[in-house]
Amino acid sequence: MQGDPARLTRDAGQHLHRFHGGLRLRHNKQISCRDPVVRPPLPQRLVVPLQQHLGSPLDPVVQAGDKVLKGQLIGQAADNFEPPVHAPTSGTVTAIETRGMAHPSRRPGPCVVIAPDGADRWCALEPVSDWQIATPKALQRAIGAAGIVGLGGAVFPTRRKAEFSRWAEVHTLIINGAECEPYISCDEMLMREQPEAIVLGARILQRACGAERTVIAIEDQMGAVSKALAGAIREAGDERLSLVRIPAIYPEGGERQLIEVLTGQQVPDGGLPADLGLACQNVATAAAVATAVTEGKPLIERYVTVTGNGIAHPRNLLALVGTPVSQLFELSGGLTPDAARIVVGGPMMGYALAADDEPVVKASNCILVLSREDIAPVQEEMPCIRCGECARVCPARLLPQQLHWDIVNGQWEDAENDALSACIECGCCDYVCPSHIPLVSWFRFGKDEIRRQHDERRLADHARSRFEAREARLARLQQEHSARIARRKRDLQDEARQKRRIAAAIERAEASQAGTGEEDDA
Amino acid sequence: MSAPRFSAGPAPHMPPQTTVASIMRQVLYALLPGIAAHAWFFGPGILVQITLASGFALGFEALMLKLRNKPLALFLGDYSAVVTGVLFALCIPPLAPWWIALVAMGFAIVLAKHLYGGLGHNVFNPAMVGYVVVLVSFPREMTQWLPPVSIADFTPSLGATLKAVFTGILPAAQSWDAITQATPLDMLKTGIEGGRTVPEIRQSPLFGDFGGLGWEWIANWYLLGGLYLLYRRIISWQVPVALIGTVVALSLPAYLLDPANNPVPLQHVFSGALVLGAFFIATDPVSGCTSAKGRLWFGAGVGIITLIIRRWGGYPDGIAFGVLLMNMAAPLIDRYTKPRAYGR
Repeated sequence: MQGDPARLTRDAGQHLHRFHGGLRLRHNKQISCRDPVVRPPLPQRLVVPLQQHLGSPLDPVVQAGDKVLKGQLIGQAADNFEPPVHAPTSGTVTAIETRGMAHPSRRPGPCVVIAPDGADRWCALEPVSDWQIATPKALQRAIGAAGIVGLGGAVFPTRRKAEFSRWAEVHTLIINGAECEPYISCDEMLMREQPEAIVLGARILQRACGAERTVIAIEDQMGAVSKALAGAIREAGDERLSLVRIPAIYPEGGERQLIEVLTGQQVPDGGLPADLGLACQNVATAAAVATAVTEGKPLIERYVTVTGNGIAHPRNLLALVGTPVSQLFELSGGLTPDAARIVVGGPMMGYALAADDEPVVKASNCILVLSREDIAPVQEEMPCIRCGECARVCPARLLPQQLHWDIVNGQWEDAENDALSACIECGCCDYVCPSHIPLVSWFRFGKDEIRRQHDERRLADHARSRFEAREARLARLQQEHSARIARRKRDLQDEARQKRRIAAAIERAEASQAGTGEEDDA
Repeated sequence: MSAPRFSAGPAPHMPPQTTVASIMRQVLYALLPGIAAHAWFFGPGILVQITLASGFALGFEALMLKLRNKPLALFLGDYSAVVTGVLFALCIPPLAPWWIALVAMGFAIVLAKHLYGGLGHNVFNPAMVGYVVVLVSFPREMTQWLPPVSIADFTPSLGATLKAVFTGILPAAQSWDAITQATPLDMLKTGIEGGRTVPEIRQSPLFGDFGGLGWEWIANWYLLGGLYLLYRRIISWQVPVALIGTVVALSLPAYLLDPANNPVPLQHVFSGALVLGAFFIATDPVSGCTSAKGRLWFGAGVGIITLIIRRWGGYPDGIAFGVLLMNMAAPLIDRYTKPRAYGR
């Protein structure tokens, strides 16, 4: 990249660069964009997990039998640092259950189950009176209280990102509307229907993050979106906002790739976009921030795309957190006879659900139902023929075949040196492999194994240092003990000193009899 | 409604559409024009050799898969053995005895491929291993080349070809010495060593406009096939460009300085197996380099070694040895040409 790196990042979006590799995939988005977005009717029950963010599960602040209002706090962290969770509608808490979390690991965690009462009554709301004069700290607090997390999929707490960005002196905020995975169109519909909310949220986030300007990035294929957003930006009249259209090459919506396209710079390995003075937020996060700050409404619903060849009538819905996925299917024409797999997310990076009673969570951007034909294997797995296609398409410039070789053979140091940690698990390598090797699965296993080894080593180091300290302490005590003995022996040979000591002892005895009670350590 | 009738599986959920078999098949399709040109210029012998070599290759492959307890249908159906057989057959004289293909494919499939671990694990290019083994062991049979049909006194028919290949008996009134002739590269080499100049040697009817008669056209068709493979992204451009580029870059100064003893660069490119090697043999992914920069070094190395052997070595063509020697160097080249990962 030519040019001074600092200037390139300050000029983010002025010129477009390219990232390495990537795939041109068939979008399949228009099938779910034909109908306007509607809110589903209230379901029979809502299951709200107490962990919908990157962090630890929250503690419930309600119990079975409590009546809750819409937007009422139902779960928060003990130290108030994690984003809280709120009741999606008014009703009664029927139970606090433990069930598998909406995550590929299916780790069990607590969920609050609410039976709606149909009234859908809001609790008392506390919007920020004027965001343009509110302090960034006040904005961050409002964002945090509303439980807002990154809605692009990473569910990183937005308040923490804003706080960190201000501390790190981020100068440019990037609003990510480049929805790159096939089938997912929730961000596109949001941008078409609520561009003003996104622009308002972007301006609020700009203030909360301490940024000097904002770039909103969308795909070059989004014609209607571009018009809508450009109009909203014009109406807002904020000169610091700009709209950039970038080529639709999967995975250009990934944070690191987006930054590379806009600035030509790469986020340093093990670093953050803030190292380049940048912060990224999803468009849906921006819209949620606008609602939270100006209306005081916490994050309880989101746009969800219900699509795929296994759905009769694909569409987008504005679903409440906690809605069972099966209800979304009903509103989308139901499942087709050859529906075979439910995926949360997109076909490249999403994870499969075992059953359809799973709830919508803050991270659920798309429920994709694939047909038997979609997932039917084309060939059995064969050995790697070293064709190099995987390296050609890798956006992180890795050598997937080399990494695969390292992991299969347990050569963890080589895997770390070959930059396994830089893998973003986008699935491009998997998609082009003629031998049909499940590369991403191997990389996940490899990353996990390396992390486990690091943890073991850390614990072993800790145990060793404790052991060594103990040994040193025992040795020291032993030494002091021997020194004392040696001194006493010496003293016994020294007559003058003996006499002095006897005299001192007699004195002490007389003194203690007299009642002064002095202590002496010989 | 919650009965688990939904399958689970890891991302990505769309299986790849290319397969190993589809790649190998594309390579075979790309070879068809060259094979047709070969049969046109030199008679049906090449087709017999292709059939023999492919058949033996598949046979040895089936045997080894059985011995190693691997699924037969999956690996036989990937066409890799057929590609090995065809590429080998394109390098040998059209009337080579049937046991040449047998020995070569035995070494190629059993030794060079399966004893190293099978598909994806061979260090050396199997077709070239087979070729070099029979070239070194059976020099007489491997140098019985036919002249092009247009200038030959006698070209065997299909029946006569089959008889010659399987029994070694030629039709009455013909002898091996009479019907076989040196290749253009052979003639160049012995001629230069004998003191004749290149323009003199090129007077022979065996030479065409810029390469060997017939051979240059076959090379053209291989080139077309190679460009097709590039277009379909079956091979990458680094090896062919580096190989041919290096050959031209090194032979051009030699020709300009001493035209009497050095052929025109195009003569080098369109003789022997250079174009075939550049697009089909040196691009074998398993035994070559994996990184883009590595492939450039690999192609350049094959080009340099080929030129050295052609000029000073004991054999008229050096592609096979060049490929095998660079196969040896490939892991080292790979080690030093790893791309820089994102963020590092």
